[in-house]
Amino acid sequence: MSTSTIVSLPDQSTARIPKMNYLTKENGLLSWLLTSDHKRIATLYLISITFFFFIGGALAGLIRLELLTPQSDLMAADTYNKVFTMHGVIMVFFFLVPSVPATLGNFFIPMMIGAKDLALPKINLLSWYLYIVAGFMAIFTMAAGGVDTGWTFTTPLSTHYLNTHVISTGLAIFVAGFSSIFTGLNFIVTIHKMRCPGMTWFRLPLFVWAHYAASILMVLGTPVLAITLVLVVLERTVHIGVFDPALGGDPLLFQHLFWFYSHPAVYIMILPGMGVISEVISTFSRKRVFGYTAVAFSSVAIAVFGFFVWAHHMFIMGISNYAALVFSLLTMLVAVPSAIKIFNWAFTLYKGSITFETPMLYAFGFMGLFTIGGMTGVFLGTTGTDIHLTETYFIVAHFHFVMVGGMLMAFLSGIHFWWPKWTGRMYPEKISQFAAVVTFIGFCFTFFPQFILGTLGMPRRYAAYPPEFQVLNVFSTAGATILGVGYLLPILYLTWSLKYGEIAGDNPWQATGLEWQTQSPPLTENFTELPIMDHEAYDYEWLENKQAKEVASVQ
Amino acid sequence: MSNSSTIANGAAAEEHHAHPAYQRHHFETIEQQFDATNFAMWLFLLTEVMFFGGLFTAYLIMRNWYYPAFVEASHQLNIGWGTANTGVLILSSFTMAMGVWNAEMKRKGGLVLCLVLTFILGLCFLGIKSIEYHEKWEKHHIPGLHYSVSSFVNPASDPEVFAEYHDKPLAPDMAAKTEMYFFLYFAMTGMHALHMIIGICLLGYLIVRANAGDYTTGHVTYIENFGLYWHFVDVIWIFLFPLLYLISRY
Amino acid sequence: MSEIQAESHHEHHIVSPRVYLSILGVLFVATGLTVWMSFIDLGEWHFAPGLTIFWNPVVALAIACTKAVLVVLFFMHVKYSTKLTKLTVVAGIFVFLALMGMTLCDYFSRAWGRW
Repeated sequence: MSTSTIVSLPDQSTARIPKMNYLTKENGLLSWLLTSDHKRIATLYLISITFFFFIGGALAGLIRLELLTPQSDLMAADTYNKVFTMHGVIMVFFFLVPSVPATLGNFFIPMMIGAKDLALPKINLLSWYLYIVAGFMAIFTMAAGGVDTGWTFTTPLSTHYLNTHVISTGLAIFVAGFSSIFTGLNFIVTIHKMRCPGMTWFRLPLFVWAHYAASILMVLGTPVLAITLVLVVLERTVHIGVFDPALGGDPLLFQHLFWFYSHPAVYIMILPGMGVISEVISTFSRKRVFGYTAVAFSSVAIAVFGFFVWAHHMFIMGISNYAALVFSLLTMLVAVPSAIKIFNWAFTLYKGSITFETPMLYAFGFMGLFTIGGMTGVFLGTTGTDIHLTETYFIVAHFHFVMVGGMLMAFLSGIHFWWPKWTGRMYPEKISQFAAVVTFIGFCFTFFPQFILGTLGMPRRYAAYPPEFQVLNVFSTAGATILGVGYLLPILYLTWSLKYGEIAGDNPWQATGLEWQTQSPPLTENFTELPIMDHEAYDYEWLENKQAKEVASVQ
Repeated sequence: MSNSSTIANGAAAEEHHAHPAYQRHHFETIEQQFDATNFAMWLFLLTEVMFFGGLFTAYLIMRNWYYPAFVEASHQLNIGWGTANTGVLILSSFTMAMGVWNAEMKRKGGLVLCLVLTFILGLCFLGIKSIEYHEKWEKHHIPGLHYSVSSFVNPASDPEVFAEYHDKPLAPDMAAKTEMYFFLYFAMTGMHALHMIIGICLLGYLIVRANAGDYTTGHVTYIENFGLYWHFVDVIWIFLFPLLYLISRY
Repeated sequence: MSEIQAESHHEHHIVSPRVYLSILGVLFVATGLTVWMSFIDLGEWHFAPGLTIFWNPVVALAIACTKAVLVVLFFMHVKYSTKLTKLTVVAGIFVFLALMGMTLCDYFSRAWGRW
């Protein structure tokens, strides 16, 4: 028996996709648009966020094209501002925040806990509609001329000095925020109230813990963003002055309120990805996650500490030295739980039976790139170095390492890992491994030079830069081209696999979660009878026992 | 281990029994449905707390910076109307709680009466609010709409308020900050009033359904959860009242 | 162990109208009290050089908090609710205080001058 892969597929000559599943249960457009099935909603989300990802990616391409040359020659500086603003807005609010929770979370959390659906299925559908409405508003804004404040809408630039579409973008994000709030609310209620018999908190997959922590952040943080955007809109329309020094207000108040959400937002973005990595690393090293309790509690710790560090985005903006001290100290603390996870995953790998299927390749990429990104975060959390590195390309590189090298890789890892369960078909392994490697190489070429550019002093958000920075910028753009190929390939082969992929069967990865113990694709009601959880999470012995008792063929 | 199998058997047995018509199919028991929806409502109220939190933070900062302006501007609010409104809202919370009690006791007449009283009290609140807003309009104290600082630069020009409080004239730059106070006043009470309006609309719908007997079958979820929302709106006002009206009236 | 055996003591405990009526009374009294106290100068306390506490806002907020607590415990049934509900309320208040408190930290310490 070959040990280079753990994939175990049914005999392809006789295997068929099960006739009755959530995709075939009902037909017609309305059965999709009015569905309350969490799996269909997850599919709708997957299509929508992919669409926005490519818009955001196209904008990124434009940025990198402009930065090939030191002059602002491809587009005017104002246009460049609009391009990077929309890139940020779309990637943060329309891709990263909903990416794993609204797709993989929606689809798999009920299955992982042994429930038939989320606690509030109609609210789940409402979430998707709010996302779509917000998306339309964002696209309208782009078509109408865009907004050039940067995705951070810093005042007083956004409230007093610009004539672009700040209000419609702000309102679009307001609506998208409520989509996120309702998703988080749904997850918290579901995880508390819908677990099947025997599914105690400490038997939950770590994917569920990660989403629980992210959901707390969504529910408690996003409303502050909502009120902040309302205040910006009021400031622009009625000129009330709460952010205007001339009228007695404080522009920094905006930043306090904005970053109170936007810092937890980065944890909203990364925690679900970390949940994916826990599942993937365990499955492809055939070992339970080392230190389950530590990983579970570290997710919650990241969520709690994440609320207390927001002013590290404001060290140079005018907050008091004492506040800077306090926030810097707390920022050091918040790095610890993330590091705990990396250590625990590394110890999971140690003495495991490791195989290198595509999800695992992405997971390895995640571990390396997220670690680098996270460590550079510590340089930024130290006020002394932050003064020099902030608002340079160092920051750009830092957050792209954690968000793209980290989160996006985790998202792709999860999509590949659960693709067989979602669709019933396997993706083509060789080309997907190739795409994963291409993505990794492209990523490193794109973003590593940006760390150097930042330390050399190249400011961010500038269309034109001093000529001595050109070589590194060209490297970065070349890398971006490779990265683009790496992201395009999955779209192509995953679509291909829908028709031509191998039939996956129930459990091609021989994983232990409840979702792998049912058919692929699943039934609408997920389980034919209420599951009883009688073993710990990641219990590979239980799986072996179960498989030994199963009848695999009639002979 | 045996616990889970007994529970499973119990659950399996239960689901073959007829469950109430209003139990949704993804829930195993009606208690689970009630608990889950109640918890969901509380989480939604948490989001509302954080939503208002931004406004309260802005208010506290501005009040700290411009205290004299805030004191004199708050004297422009009629304490009679404010106190009356507080009383109205607290009473409406009481009638709403009684509504929940009536629903739990399956008394349709009592429930409809309580909901109607809550509705009327809610409208009362909004009526008093609009009287106050109108007063502000008359005196040119609406920020951005022909705002005038004359009552603060020269308090004697406003005889009713001056007779009560004998305010000192404010310097022009501090007097300009009264507009900040009124902005926060309108933003906070306006946001609160918006939530009241939404609540009253929902209440109208609930009255119709309650009259049809939908909430006295033992299915108290909608009434209970709406009650939570209504009390929350009351709690917000409980904080708005002292912060906006009672800054310093001595 | 099973979460489907939900803690159902919530809907089984029905709060009596007498409790509601007494809470209503207390709330009215508290409202009257807070209005009355706003007309009286309660003075201040200089507890450190440059740091003063004015009693009026403290008292007003204390009364408001008491009223809110009564509404939450009795009208919103939190006193008779599950631990989860109580924890949820506390968590919300905590994060709200974190937002206000830590933002105000910055504003209050700006005037403290250089190191």
